[in-house]
Amino acid sequence: MSAQLRIVGQNRGSAGLVLRYGIAGVLAVVFLVPFYAMIKTALSPNDEIYSQDFVLWPRDPQWQRIPELLADPRYLDALKNSAIMAVASTSLTILIAALAGYALVRIPHRAARPMFVLVIVVLLVPATTAFVPNFIIVASLGWIGTLQGLIVPGLFSAFNVFLFRQFYVNFPREIEEAAYIDGAGFFRTFFRIVFPNTLPFASALTVLGLIGSWNAFLWPLVVAGDGQNAMTVQIYLSSFLTAQTFDYGGLFMAATVSLIPVLAVFFVLQRYLVAGIAATGLKG
Amino acid sequence: MSARTAAPAAVPVDRAARSGPTRIRGNGLAFWLFFTPFLVGLLVFTVLPLIWGATLSLFEARGTVLPTEFIGLDNFRGFLVDTAFLQSLRTFIVFALCIVPVTMAASLALAVLVNGLPRFQAFFRSVFFLPTACSYVVACVVWRLSLFNGLESGVVNQMLGLVGIDAISQWLSASPYWWIVLVSVRLWLQVGFYMLLFLAGLQAIPAQLYEAAAVDGLSPGGFSMFRLITLPQLRTTSAAVLLLLLIAAFQAFDEFYNLTGNNPETRPPLVYLYNVALGPQQDFGRGSAGALVLTAIMVLAGLLQTWLIGFGSDDDTPRRRLGRLRRRGGRPASRPDQGEAA
Repeated sequence: MSAQLRIVGQNRGSAGLVLRYGIAGVLAVVFLVPFYAMIKTALSPNDEIYSQDFVLWPRDPQWQRIPELLADPRYLDALKNSAIMAVASTSLTILIAALAGYALVRIPHRAARPMFVLVIVVLLVPATTAFVPNFIIVASLGWIGTLQGLIVPGLFSAFNVFLFRQFYVNFPREIEEAAYIDGAGFFRTFFRIVFPNTLPFASALTVLGLIGSWNAFLWPLVVAGDGQNAMTVQIYLSSFLTAQTFDYGGLFMAATVSLIPVLAVFFVLQRYLVAGIAATGLKG
Repeated sequence: MSARTAAPAAVPVDRAARSGPTRIRGNGLAFWLFFTPFLVGLLVFTVLPLIWGATLSLFEARGTVLPTEFIGLDNFRGFLVDTAFLQSLRTFIVFALCIVPVTMAASLALAVLVNGLPRFQAFFRSVFFLPTACSYVVACVVWRLSLFNGLESGVVNQMLGLVGIDAISQWLSASPYWWIVLVSVRLWLQVGFYMLLFLAGLQAIPAQLYEAAAVDGLSPGGFSMFRLITLPQLRTTSAAVLLLLLIAAFQAFDEFYNLTGNNPETRPPLVYLYNVALGPQQDFGRGSAGALVLTAIMVLAGLLQTWLIGFGSDDDTPRRRLGRLRRRGGRPASRPDQGEAA
């Protein structure tokens, strides 16, 4: 790539480079405008939000909105539910898929092949339209408006099983064989030797999973019900959008605060995120 | 179709099994201990819902998830002939015609731009990728109440004012305007992701190709080099991006629900389906039929695409894979998993 860069760069000269950095800089500003507009509105006094005069930054930033927001039990519940859902569904999905994917390639059994065919067939069925039949099951279980209704139906991802299976196909067998010779069974070998070596791959899926479930909307909307028990932060924010709120500053502050955890994950684990997109082969 | 394509890939399981540590006893139990959590979940939360939904689709079931009266295919008929459903398909087509080419062109352009920067590449990549972390709901809050709020003080209206265009007040209530809002919000949220895919594709192009082309007289970094080398080399990535963008557009829900709500003119298939099944009517019979119809559309489109261009790769379309199998007398390739193209 560096060689290619040199070729591309060589003939362009410095004028071309300046132009390119100029375009990139302008685009970067455009990409950041929505974040800027959000934070600015979150800190503006309500009577200034829709004022005609443009100010770059509110003259009197309303920082007290943060403690006010965090004193709202509905918002705290929503944050808590989103956090529980993100952590529980991501970790359990990965554990369940890793176990199943490992079994498919590394535990000799005559059911392995039919089970793999089952996984492939399920892969063909898109998950998005499943919210109707899944609602039917979850409602029959009495799980509407509960955390388990929010989390459990999404834990069984054929796609992740497929990814882990592909990963374990190429996993060096020598490591496991050493463990077997030392007398370890399948479980000890998996949890002590194999799974720790899976972590870099699993971290990539973890980042995608955490961000995906924190931002999930359709299924939480279907399951949330009327109460507080399963309301995620996205449903909380959306309820203000559809109900025509008037406390715009408060709503924008709530949106801003809801971004903090996901941006923290994004920045800390960004390299895994990029690796994850490569590893999952273009997951959307 | 599924069984045929799956069969060659499934063979290494057996192969792995034969050379595996078969001397360990208790394999049967271990396999099921590892596989059962997934299998039970799959049966309860994927297979059972499908069967139940398929059953309900043949019954009258309003306000209840239990079948009440058998009505044959009436639910399918009712769903398919409903003008609202046809309108939702039209909405999808208009939306896809806007968002798919725009995102493809923009993400490719961003990738080429970022790839050509000798310094600060990681910085610009992160900035363009950052919106990916944002949720549709948060973006919709900003788009609806700040950027495109329809007041003269709205961010976009102020920018229009700078170039002498009158403020537009009906961003979300009139036809050409709402498409700008709906397309721009999704573009902002997803373009960075597809830029990453194109960047990976660009960086996989061997530098020798560019060197050889330069020797043959193409101007380095020029447009002809882009057209003759970069674009053909990105064919696999482009095909994958196209497919992903189409699927994503078909499944659009969040921004339509949060920006234009239940407006029949801007209701894509999933919002329409949501409304049939979980709206005020709670018609689970017709909703289940609709879910099956939409699922069938997606499965068929996916199969067609895989069959025709095999995710864009030269050597791995099911057709060619079957062709290879026949030439080898039915025996699968030695290690299909690792990809023979590699």
